[in-house]
Amino acid sequence: MQAQELAKLANELRIDIIEMLMEAKSGHPGGSLSAIDIITALWFHEMRGIEPGRLADTRDRFVLSKGHAVPALYAVLAKKGFIPHEELKTLRRTGSRLQGHPDRVRMPIVEASTGSLGQGLSVAQGLALGMKLDKKPSRIYCLLGDGEIQEGQVWEAAMSAAKFELSNLCAIVDCNNGQIDGTVDSVMPVEPLVDKWRAFGWHVIDINGHDMEQILGAFREARMVAEGGETKPFMILARTVKGKGVSFMENQIGWHGVAPKAAEAAKAKEELTKLIGNQ
Amino acid sequence: MGKSTRQAFGEALAKLGEEHSEIVVLEADLAKSTKTELFMKKFPERFFEMGIAEANMIGTAAGLAFAGKIPFCASFACFLTGRYDTIRLSVAYAGANVRLIGTHAGVGIGDDGHSQMGIEDVALMRALPTMGVFQPMDAKETEHIMEYLVKGWKGPAYVRLTRQDLPDLYPAGAQFKPGKLMEIVPHASTGQKKVVCVATGAGVGEAVQASKLLAAQGISMSVWNAHSLKPFDDEQTLKIAQGASLFITVEDHSVIGGLGSCVAEALAKTSAHPKLMKLGIQDQFGESGEPFELYEKHGISAGAIARTVMEH
Repeated sequence: MQAQELAKLANELRIDIIEMLMEAKSGHPGGSLSAIDIITALWFHEMRGIEPGRLADTRDRFVLSKGHAVPALYAVLAKKGFIPHEELKTLRRTGSRLQGHPDRVRMPIVEASTGSLGQGLSVAQGLALGMKLDKKPSRIYCLLGDGEIQEGQVWEAAMSAAKFELSNLCAIVDCNNGQIDGTVDSVMPVEPLVDKWRAFGWHVIDINGHDMEQILGAFREARMVAEGGETKPFMILARTVKGKGVSFMENQIGWHGVAPKAAEAAKAKEELTKLIGNQ
Repeated sequence: MGKSTRQAFGEALAKLGEEHSEIVVLEADLAKSTKTELFMKKFPERFFEMGIAEANMIGTAAGLAFAGKIPFCASFACFLTGRYDTIRLSVAYAGANVRLIGTHAGVGIGDDGHSQMGIEDVALMRALPTMGVFQPMDAKETEHIMEYLVKGWKGPAYVRLTRQDLPDLYPAGAQFKPGKLMEIVPHASTGQKKVVCVATGAGVGEAVQASKLLAAQGISMSVWNAHSLKPFDDEQTLKIAQGASLFITVEDHSVIGGLGSCVAEALAKTSAHPKLMKLGIQDQFGESGEPFELYEKHGISAGAIARTVMEH
C-alpha cells in the first residue's frame, strides 16, 4: 500500500476508534488518534511475516508500550483480519479479549502486556535480544508516548539497547505533548529529545508523525541502516497532534481519557468521513 | 556445614546451561554475589550484564521469554522484588516464563543491614497470580528446584536463596516432590506434648537443632520442610496438624505473607486446629549484626525456637 492509501486507511481506522470508544463508554481517544498513522504504516506496510493464520516465527513484532492507545491497535488488527470487526464492540466488556490495555495472554499478537507506563521498551529489547541471539531477521518495533518517557525504566532500556547494539530494535515516541495533568512541557518537560536519545547512543530522526511519506521514509531508513551494518538502535521522534483528525479533540487534554458520547461520535465521524472523501 | 544456596544455584545453573541452550542469564552488577558469574564464565554469549537497573533487567527477561528463552534474572531479593510493578505486569500478568532469583534472603545476611535484607519478598511474590515461589533448605534441594524450574515448571517463578552457608539436610536419595512438604525430623514415639514445626529456607536447619534440644527435655517436635510457598501443600499441612498440641512455623522472613501466613491460611480451612505460632520477623525491619545474634534476637535461632516451644 502506498502513502496516500495508507493515510486514507488511517482515517478510516480513526472512525473505528471513535465507534469502539463510544460503545465502550470509556477509553483514550487522544493518544489513539495521534498514534494511528504510525501503527497503520507499520502493520500495512513495514512489518513482515504478520499475515493472520500464518504468522512466521521470524516475523516482525510490535510492542505498544503506551498501552492506553490500544484501541488504535485493535482497529488495525481487525482490519488486518486478526479480530472480527464486530468484536471491536466488545472493547472493555467483561470476558472480552479486547482488554482496556494490551493483554498478551488473552491476545498473543499484542506481544506484551502493557498499561503501566515505561515497561514496553524493556520487553521489546528482550525480544530484540532473543532474535539477535538466534540470528533471526525479525525487527522489533516499540511505540512509546512522550509523557511515558518520564518513567525512569525507559532510560534504563535506552542505555542497554545501545550497549547490546540492537539495530533490530526501532522505537517510536508519539510526541503529542499531552498527558493527563496537562501538556508534557508543563507536567515534566522531556525535551530536548533528539539530543537525549543521541546521547544515549541511538540513531535518531525527527519527523511529522501524521505525514505518511515521512513515516514510511523513517521506517525504510531504520531498516536500511540496520541492513547496512549500523549497530545503533533506531529512534523515530514522531511529532503528532493529540486527538488528530477530530477538530474538537485536537490538542485538547480533556480528550486524553474520555470517550465520546453518541452526538460527539457522530460529529467526529462526519468530520473524518469528509476528510476521507477529500483524500 | 554445607554450601550457601546461592552457591548451589550458581553451580546448578552453569551445569543446566550445558544441556539447555535456551537458558539465558541476566544480571544487575552482582554476578559475584548471586553466583551467576559461574554461568557467565562458561556461556558469555548467553549472559547479559544489565548494570544497576533491575526494572529494565526484569522487563528484558520477559521479552527474552517471549522469544523462546528461559531467562534467569538474579539480584538481591530486596532489589529484585522491589521492582514490583515490572514483575507484576511485564512478567506475571503476561505469563512470562521468567525465573527470578532473589539471593541474600532475610536477616541471615548479617552485617550489611536492613537495606540489603529481603524480608518481605515472599509476601510480595505470593500475592501475584501465576507466580511460583520456592525456597530451598540446602544445596541439594537447590539443585532439585533448579532442575524442576528448567524441565518442569511453566510460567513465572521466584526462588529465594541465602548468602550464608546452610547445613546439608536433604535425605540421601530422597525423591524430590515439587510443591510437597517433606518430613525432616519425625515425631519421637514418646513425648509429653506433640509439637509440629514447618520451616523453610535457613529456618529448617534451626528447627532441626531445636528439635534435638527439645527431645532432651522430653518434647517431641517433628520438623517439616516447605520448599514451595506457592503452590503450598495445604493438604499435608492439615494432615500433620491433627493431634498436635502446638504448630509452629520458622522462617527468616516477615511472618506477614510468608510461611506463617501459608500455614495459617491452610489451618483456617478447618474449624478445629492447634494453636499456631509464627516465628520469623515480626513486622520489623532488619539491622546490622552477626547472623546468629540476629536469629537469636528475632526468635528464630535453635535455642530461641526451643525456648518458645517450652513456654507454650
